[in-house]
Amino acid sequence: MAGSSSSIMDNLFQRTLDDLIKSMRLQLLNESTFISKSIEDIRREIKSTDPQTKSTALQKLTYLSAIHGVDMSWASFHVVEVMSSSLFSHKRIGYHAASISFHDSTPVLLLITNQLRKDLSSTNHFHASLALHCLSTIATLDLARDLTPDLFNLLSSSRVFIRNKAIAVVLRVFDKYPDAVRVCFKRLVENLESSDPQIVTAVIGVFCELSSKDPRPYLQLAPEFHRILVNSKNNWILIKVLKIFARLAPLEPRLGKKIVEPICDHIRRSGAKSLVFECVRTVITSLSDHESAVKLAVLKIRELLVDQDPNLRYLGLHALSVAAPKHLWAVLENKDAVVKSLDDEDSNIKIESLRLLMAMVSESNVVEISRVLLNYALKSDPEFCNEILGSILTTCGRNDYEIIVDFDWYVSLLGEMATIPHCQKDEEIENQLIDIGMRVKDARLQLVRVARDLLIDPALLGNVYLHKILSAAAWVAGEYVQLVRNPLELIDALVQPRTNLLPPSIRAVYINSVLKVLSFCLDCYLDQDEGTASSYCGNLAGGQSEMFHVKKHTEAPELVATTCEGSNYEQDEGFNPRNTTVESSDDLSDENDTDRAVTLLSMKNFTHESIVSLLNRIELIFSSLTANQDVEVLERARNIFAFVQMVKAEIIDNSGQNVDTVDKKYTQVSAVIKSIRDTFSMELGPVSISAQGRVAVPDGLVLKENLDDLKAICGDIELPSSSSFYTGGPQFGTASDTSSSNPLKNDESGPSNESTSLLEHRKRHGLYYLASDKSETVPNDYPPANDPKANSSTNDEADELAKLTEKSLLLKKRTNQVKPRPVVVKLDDEAAAPIPDKRPEPINDSLSGAIKDVLLGSEINLSVSRRNPLDKSSTKRKGKKKLGTDLPSEMKENLGDAEKPDLENPNPSSKNKERRRRGKEKIVEGEESDQRGKKKSSHRHGKHKTHQRANSPLNVVSQAPVIPDFLL
Amino acid sequence: MIRAVLVMNTQGKPRLAKFYEFLPVEKQQEIIRNVFAVLCSRPEHVSNFVDAESFFGPDARLVYKHFATLYFVFIFDGSENELAMLDLIQVFVETLDKCFRNVCELDVVFNYSKMHTILDEIIFGGQVLETSSTEVMKAVEEISKLEAASSAINLVPKSVSSWRSR
Repeated sequence: MAGSSSSIMDNLFQRTLDDLIKSMRLQLLNESTFISKSIEDIRREIKSTDPQTKSTALQKLTYLSAIHGVDMSWASFHVVEVMSSSLFSHKRIGYHAASISFHDSTPVLLLITNQLRKDLSSTNHFHASLALHCLSTIATLDLARDLTPDLFNLLSSSRVFIRNKAIAVVLRVFDKYPDAVRVCFKRLVENLESSDPQIVTAVIGVFCELSSKDPRPYLQLAPEFHRILVNSKNNWILIKVLKIFARLAPLEPRLGKKIVEPICDHIRRSGAKSLVFECVRTVITSLSDHESAVKLAVLKIRELLVDQDPNLRYLGLHALSVAAPKHLWAVLENKDAVVKSLDDEDSNIKIESLRLLMAMVSESNVVEISRVLLNYALKSDPEFCNEILGSILTTCGRNDYEIIVDFDWYVSLLGEMATIPHCQKDEEIENQLIDIGMRVKDARLQLVRVARDLLIDPALLGNVYLHKILSAAAWVAGEYVQLVRNPLELIDALVQPRTNLLPPSIRAVYINSVLKVLSFCLDCYLDQDEGTASSYCGNLAGGQSEMFHVKKHTEAPELVATTCEGSNYEQDEGFNPRNTTVESSDDLSDENDTDRAVTLLSMKNFTHESIVSLLNRIELIFSSLTANQDVEVLERARNIFAFVQMVKAEIIDNSGQNVDTVDKKYTQVSAVIKSIRDTFSMELGPVSISAQGRVAVPDGLVLKENLDDLKAICGDIELPSSSSFYTGGPQFGTASDTSSSNPLKNDESGPSNESTSLLEHRKRHGLYYLASDKSETVPNDYPPANDPKANSSTNDEADELAKLTEKSLLLKKRTNQVKPRPVVVKLDDEAAAPIPDKRPEPINDSLSGAIKDVLLGSEINLSVSRRNPLDKSSTKRKGKKKLGTDLPSEMKENLGDAEKPDLENPNPSSKNKERRRRGKEKIVEGEESDQRGKKKSSHRHGKHKTHQRANSPLNVVSQAPVIPDFLL
Repeated sequence: MIRAVLVMNTQGKPRLAKFYEFLPVEKQQEIIRNVFAVLCSRPEHVSNFVDAESFFGPDARLVYKHFATLYFVFIFDGSENELAMLDLIQVFVETLDKCFRNVCELDVVFNYSKMHTILDEIIFGGQVLETSSTEVMKAVEEISKLEAASSAINLVPKSVSSWRSR
């Protein structure tokens, strides 16, 4: 009594879906509280015994789930209850709820099989339609298997309304339960011949989807499809048929000839743009060998390109870019339209046109096209600007700068890109700057110039997107410091106050570059003290041109090569306000004007004063950095600081004495400087991603196994070495406090000794992949090593590395030198194992395998071939079967060998795997697979029989199901 | 095949969302948000195609059409023709127009289940089954009749029986 009255109350006062929507629209409260309130109501109402209340509650819940993203998985049992109502309106709500909320792992799916079966066979075809709808989205393996017979009946239903839905459901059923093919496929094919366009639409749609996974089995049906292509007047059907042919044509060369004419007819005659476009696409993707058809298609594309409708313009460009790889002439013919599209207001069209432009790029026009594009980039919005920059970078960087001839130009272009305000392609530019530096020796001079221009501009330091590029520039400038025209200016740029805007990791690169440049300056200074006297100061009085003349003599011979451009550059520099920045001139304040002029103009000839002031400046700046919070910055700064103090002590001590004594007294410090310089001047090359793979794995070393095992081999060596590297850290810190050079040296000798012994050990045991890899690949990333021994060891290893990579130089993909080696190894692994593609295949294969079986009429011939003793593979197999455990795989090989060479191989083998799996579930494994094997071979046989007229006897070992010519 | 059909207004409120493969509701809402973000950034009178790979996986394309305050969005893969999808949106909207007489956003808001009935007659499990709006209308009308009949039968006996059980 009470229960029923409450249900009446519920029913009377229940909000319907309309009420819910209305009050939600009026709702002044926020939406989420309203929704959670409604859900409370629904939770109560849905438990009601009254079906009306229950279904209304479910309807509301479904609405909230679909529109507002409310979870409704908790209500799945109620969904089943509502589904089973006999009233159409309730049933509808239930089925709708099921189709949007059920998925493969919904537990209550087990409960609905009978309900679905009942509705599928219902006399009310709307009930059947509901069940079909539901099945099309939620069918699982179990449902598909259990309902296949019912579906089979509906496939020949007299009502088009039901039949076309049943046909469409077949797609999902085949996908979930490939064995359904054996039951339903024949009827599905029969429906292709239906005169009702609705039925044909459904069937063709199913075949279009099926063929997208694996088109091969449907070659058999080509004659049917061809008939439809020629006879059908329905554009929807024609489009789908074209899609199918686009997938079939590449598999069977003879097919192209048959379909090219009807397709061209459609292009010429049809007024439907969608059909024409589909024809064009089919021609350029799958019939690209048929020249006249391609010409016709390109003609149509040209029409699309100049159309008013942006959709057609876009699709025209899209079609062109599909055609580009094989028919570049088509793009070149329409060059004007493409370039014009770059100005279009539609970003789709712009991007498509950009892609086409990049497809046109070649050695000869890369300079012009890049220039044009860069101008566009300056004008366009940030997004498209980066799109342009990105595509220039990828196109130019493709295959190790394949299309770049003039690297000086390209490097300048990179510099220019970096300074475009919207540029966010920092990482790519960074990589290319470093990569070019390592790969292209001749570009280094220009590279260093570009780097200098970037580094010297204080404004650029404020732009976050430039930081990575600046890091590359700093690295380049430091690495190739011998090509820098004015090292002192470079140091000023590297230590300018605004560098504190940089993130620590990049600042660390800056600091390391300072060390490189500084050691270079000191090295030059010492050299010049030993050899040539600094006689250049005398020439200062001369005119500008004279000074340049002198300069050229002092520079390395390779620099002379760039004459005009170089001197122009230098002249500009004098007037460039950014050249002498406010900050750096503050730092330089201790120098007088003439001193400054000397350092600027005599370039690599350093006076004693300039060196001293340089050292003072660096000391001053780095003393503040020795309290930096970042470890990298801190450590490097302290190293430099200690180094400077060491050098300064000796140089200033000697300053009072005359030149003769200077030579001798510097020897101690000069040895240190020389060794640092040697380390840095060693050439770094790109490392092939497969370099690691070329190191032969020594006997007895199993790389795949857990590394723990290695402890037994080298545990005693490893531990001390790693610990000594770690203790090195704090010792560096203490070293910076002491002003003399000796403690620093002592500290360093520890790790270096250790590392040489480690190296020896490695040479003996060939262990290349542990801690030493770091120093091996990135000597420049390490804190300065003053000890000559340490340097030599690095050199040795690097030499080995260089030998390893010699062959791959300029051929392999770029690797980022700044990154530690392990990354390289990882890349290698990835390249070697393209696994992910293979996983989904078995399902498709079992499906297409099943379809092939059906198409080849296996079932009819099964009994015949079972008795057939001629089957070579089966006799072999019987022999093997006795041999042992490895039977299934052996059998697979045999089948592969005996029956088909290449193309079909993947299918049957994975089919066998599938079967093997199924076989294992059952008890009699051997027999099962044996039988299956026979069945399979019988399919082959059957096929041969059915198409005997078309195939010559030789085709016993045919590669693919062959289409009989007479049918086409 | 068609992966999803979305109808949303120009404020980004979803009015209809039908996904032809199961997606958790959170993911659905995320897609709706992403689609809207793309659509509202596009100016008028530009092409109706958007690359949907970023939010709907590989090979996904998107076609949309803007009617008054509503966006109609179809997401589909390489087995469909872009222009045909555009036509299909037209068919869908025409059918709505026939059904509601000058369809406006409010009709779409208040006729959740009818919208689905119409859509289900056009697209079945991601495949296009019917492209003629008259045929769709016929089926929809029949379904509505059946529904009305079943609830009319339902209403009287249920209330009577409820009263009787007192």
